[in-house]
Amino acid sequence: MQMAAAKEAVAGAPLLTVNNIEVIYDHVILVLKGVSLEVPEGGVVALLGANGAGKTTTLKAISNLLRTERGEVTKGSIEFQGARVDSLSPNDLVKRGVIQVMEGRHCFEHLTVEENLLTGAYTRGGKRAEIDRDLQMVYGYFPRLKERRNAQAGYTSGGEQQMTAIGRALMSRPKMILLDEPSMGLAPQLVEEIFDIVKRLNQQEGVSILLAEQNTNIALKFATYGYILENGRVVMDGDAETLGSNEDVKEFYLGLSAGGRKSYRDVKHYKRRKRWLA
Amino acid sequence: MGVLNEFFVLPFLDIAEAPLFFIEVIIGGLSAGVMYSLVALGFVLIFKASGVFNFAQGVLALFAALTLVGIMEWGVPAPVALLLTAAVMVGLAFAVERLVLRPLVNQEHIILFMSTIGLAYFLEGLGDTLWGSNVKKLDIGIPEQSFEIGGVLLNQFELVAAATAGTLVAVLAVFFHYTRVGRALRAVADDHQAALSVGIPLKTIWVIVWSVAGIVALVAGIMWGSKSGVQFSLSLIALKALPVLILGGFTSVPGAIVGGLIIGVGEKIGEVYWGPALGGAIENWFAYVLALMFLVFRPQGLFGEKIIERV
Repeated sequence: MQMAAAKEAVAGAPLLTVNNIEVIYDHVILVLKGVSLEVPEGGVVALLGANGAGKTTTLKAISNLLRTERGEVTKGSIEFQGARVDSLSPNDLVKRGVIQVMEGRHCFEHLTVEENLLTGAYTRGGKRAEIDRDLQMVYGYFPRLKERRNAQAGYTSGGEQQMTAIGRALMSRPKMILLDEPSMGLAPQLVEEIFDIVKRLNQQEGVSILLAEQNTNIALKFATYGYILENGRVVMDGDAETLGSNEDVKEFYLGLSAGGRKSYRDVKHYKRRKRWLA
Repeated sequence: MGVLNEFFVLPFLDIAEAPLFFIEVIIGGLSAGVMYSLVALGFVLIFKASGVFNFAQGVLALFAALTLVGIMEWGVPAPVALLLTAAVMVGLAFAVERLVLRPLVNQEHIILFMSTIGLAYFLEGLGDTLWGSNVKKLDIGIPEQSFEIGGVLLNQFELVAAATAGTLVAVLAVFFHYTRVGRALRAVADDHQAALSVGIPLKTIWVIVWSVAGIVALVAGIMWGSKSGVQFSLSLIALKALPVLILGGFTSVPGAIVGGLIIGVGEKIGEVYWGPALGGAIENWFAYVLALMFLVFRPQGLFGEKIIERV
């Protein structure tokens, strides 16, 4: 964890600290086995790993959506802006500025795009003028949503739904967005577009981002720091460039390798051995 | 020939012969329909906000009416008793959220549905225990004189019922579409978890929606109770609300009203004019047959939300 410490010294105190958490579903299924990570103020941090590695669970532990799925943080602590938040309800967390954009978009299908966006401002009460201003801000970032504002969200395209979901989260005026798999099921071009907007949000609105992503390539391009999860543990972390140039990462997650293509069997064996060690 | 004659000729001759009577039949049907609509409204509310068919809605109306009568029997004046009963219904909403809904968050709809069946039996028993099981008279001073306009007989009670239903629908429609909480209710109906993720507190939302449904049930209970006495059979009007919902669509407030009116008018006309041909008692099954036809040809009802499926 020296690298994390070094990082912290550069970017100031971390906004979010996840300290050695363990998550158990249904009282028996151990999903996270001691995950620690930090997100600095204004940072974009990527959480990488394969299916079932524990990325979504980590995000849900932070946003506390775990409880509705009978999951529970049994060890460790989660701190946001220096205060423990592990027992806060999602409603309280959104009020404090932590909001999750769930995997698979989860738009409110029967509401129009604009109504979807407005639900994001629920926790802010009835401050009409401010909310209108933010609505225009969201339309500024996502001009496509403005065109489709009166369409039922269920009938918009996957990309538009992803934009709606991100825009909806923005309407809560978050300090930090937990972004789960925004690239899922979208065309590569659209993925680029969405990531570009997310980057601009990060730079212009100062929203910190914790991104869970299977698409390692694009995630490392936009993030400044990354953690690699495997089997409910952090197996590696580092600056985006460091991770991107690491031979193992290249081989397992980016599909590149120094020695040309290897046979699938070799890779599989190697990978298995590595897993046991990790 | 005789059969065809009875079905397709005689009823229309009857209508042509006595148009004023025909109008009276329609008005009778409309007023019955309004009563169905009032019950159906409560169902729509809870269905919209939680996707759950609330089996206890009829019992809720009975319970509300029983409570109102019970409180009035203590000698409390009607307006105060109304407020107290409304308060009881809100209290009930809190209890339902805490004891029934909260432990079942994120469960299948069918499980929530079954829990409302349990709730129905519980409330029925509770009502009986608290207020007794004999038929009671409810009179909160709704005028019931009949009068004539242009040869058509009208009843003031029917007009009051219609006005009440109309007001309720207008208020609810505005509430659902133009307020923050109304929007949140619809959001919860669409996707519990997503609603939770944007910070909508499910507990509060459920308390609100059950409170509103409880108060709508109170209104329905008052109307039905004043008309036919407060008794156990009141809880069975829920059965009549079911076809109304299928017709109007489970998610549409105006649909509940239109569906109720269509069924009310349909069954009265059927009874009066086609009764001789079919042997009477049409009122008892007309609604269900109509609902069945809707299920086959337009399962989302007249105004219901289509189930969106992207391919």
